[in-house]
Amino acid sequence: MTDAVIRCRDLGRTFGDFHAVRDVTFEVPPGEIFGYLGANGAGKSTTIRILCGLLSPSSGHAEVAGFDVAKDPEAVKRRIGYMSQKFSLYPDLTVEENLDFFGGAYGLSGRTLRARIDAVVDEVGLRSERKAMTSSLPGGRQQRVALANALLHDPRILFLDEPTAGVDPAARREFLALVRRRVQAGATVFLTTHYLDEAEYCRRVGLMVAGRLVALGTPAELKAAWAPGDVRVLRGAPTALGGAVRPIPGVLAVQSLGGGIRIRVEAGRLDTVLAAARSADPDVAVEVAEPTLDDVFLAVVQGGDR
Amino acid sequence: MGETPVAVVSGLRHRYGTTLALDGMAFEVRPGELYGLIGPDGAGKTTTVRALAGLLEPNEGTVRIGGGDPLDPRSGVREHLGYMPQRFGLYRDLSVDENLRFFGDLFCLDRKTFLERRDRLMTITRLAPFLARRADALSGGMYKKLALSCALLHQPDLLILDEPTNGVDPVSRGELWDLLADFTTQGMAVLVTTSYMDEAARCSRVGLASGGRLILEGRPADLVAAFGDAVLRVEPGAGASTDDVEATLAREGRAIEAVTPLGTGLRVVVRGDDADRITARLEETTATVRRMTPGFEDLYLARMASTSTGEGP
Repeated sequence: MTDAVIRCRDLGRTFGDFHAVRDVTFEVPPGEIFGYLGANGAGKSTTIRILCGLLSPSSGHAEVAGFDVAKDPEAVKRRIGYMSQKFSLYPDLTVEENLDFFGGAYGLSGRTLRARIDAVVDEVGLRSERKAMTSSLPGGRQQRVALANALLHDPRILFLDEPTAGVDPAARREFLALVRRRVQAGATVFLTTHYLDEAEYCRRVGLMVAGRLVALGTPAELKAAWAPGDVRVLRGAPTALGGAVRPIPGVLAVQSLGGGIRIRVEAGRLDTVLAAARSADPDVAVEVAEPTLDDVFLAVVQGGDR
Repeated sequence: MGETPVAVVSGLRHRYGTTLALDGMAFEVRPGELYGLIGPDGAGKTTTVRALAGLLEPNEGTVRIGGGDPLDPRSGVREHLGYMPQRFGLYRDLSVDENLRFFGDLFCLDRKTFLERRDRLMTITRLAPFLARRADALSGGMYKKLALSCALLHQPDLLILDEPTNGVDPVSRGELWDLLADFTTQGMAVLVTTSYMDEAARCSRVGLASGGRLILEGRPADLVAAFGDAVLRVEPGAGASTDDVEATLAREGRAIEAVTPLGTGLRVVVRGDDADRITARLEETTATVRRMTPGFEDLYLARMASTSTGEGP
């Protein structure tokens, strides 16, 4: 037995003949921010709903906080916080009324509930907006109310389903800082996102494609495994550069940029490729760049299983 | 490119009820340019695009496309304009080919012209094998490519796409940007809106929007080069944690602009002048420090911060 707080083995879920999730296996140790990444429809939300005890798996096994999600979903729900994509808040209640209502749903009441509301409002920085109507708050603030809701019963495990979708960059950064503080205090976070740059924040990342978990590791491990080689940005005429570089063996990826191209090249082939680029456009300027999780995603989808 | 702009937006202001959606939006798009209007939800992107497409009369300001007013039906602007809204209304129960034919008829293309253009668009979008498939059986990325093809059948001078990559998987996103880059090399002007900051690098010029106006505009490479902050990737040394790194950074006060987790380490934005000193200080604690290329989100947030503290542009 490991001390993982989330554990899935061969997890599957079908809707009719559609396999939303198939054969998914992974573990999340305590204190980790685990990012679950994929396009819309890849199976992210289905997985999260199974792990939260909201949806039963069709096959396989999942455990959260030591409880079987299929056999004891209520025990799971008591130990987790869940924030859904559509922050399920009552727009015509104030921030405090929302927290009061959801606190009741978690079985909190009286002095305990009051104390917890005070604590979460401080934690997410909503003290001055307690009496504000939820619908009057901008998206980034509503997102904090939703997070406060998910923290009311002080869960050790947080499930965040695309928590930053449609939120502006400043609010997104502040939100991730709040999440990180929770993790430093000992919580484990499972978050889904379709922003690949956001996945860089996570300690480990699982990549979902068409219901399958096709890659899993730290961002650095994934890049080393799936997007090896040298990445360069060539500034110059995109059409000429692209035409010259594409046919050369060892060129793994070419992307058009405004005023240039971005290439990924097999180790040891860079000199040949740069020479070709220079003969196509003598004024080309070369910048060193780094592989991204976008490169990983592309390689995984195009390369199939590894 | 010193050519006459295809689209000119100047001094746009627009209110929905009490919400100021546009507050001085202004920019130009030139032939052969892939212009990115980039910003978070609520920055005014869609309102701008609707004004360009002649679907909205702004309270103040003007829009010109090819010199004409998109609100004036006699200006002929519509013939020069391809427009792909966020939800492009294809007929879901018609096939790919039937949808294309419908739009071909709308634009009064003769049969020969239609077939030539259809075949070319199907080749470059790689949709040719799916001509008989119903639109509702296409994947999200394929649906977008069909919508794009329909918007391009009349070969517009200016193609406007409103958040074409929103919710689309990264592979299809990449393909779409490559297609757009292809079109511009043939002289078409393209205006794209997106809330993905990292897509700025794909554009030949970008305007970063906030609060209904542009807060930063230029060629992506120039904007990054002119950025005054440095971005450091910091991995704590053996036996140390990110908390130790943060304790070191806390002593630097205002030189530190932002700290965010990055995998097993931290991503730290510092003032450019302080980068070397802070790097040295971190390395004394055995942390590994590497300079990273700043992202457009860094530029955006730094500009937002300087705007709100009155440091100005």
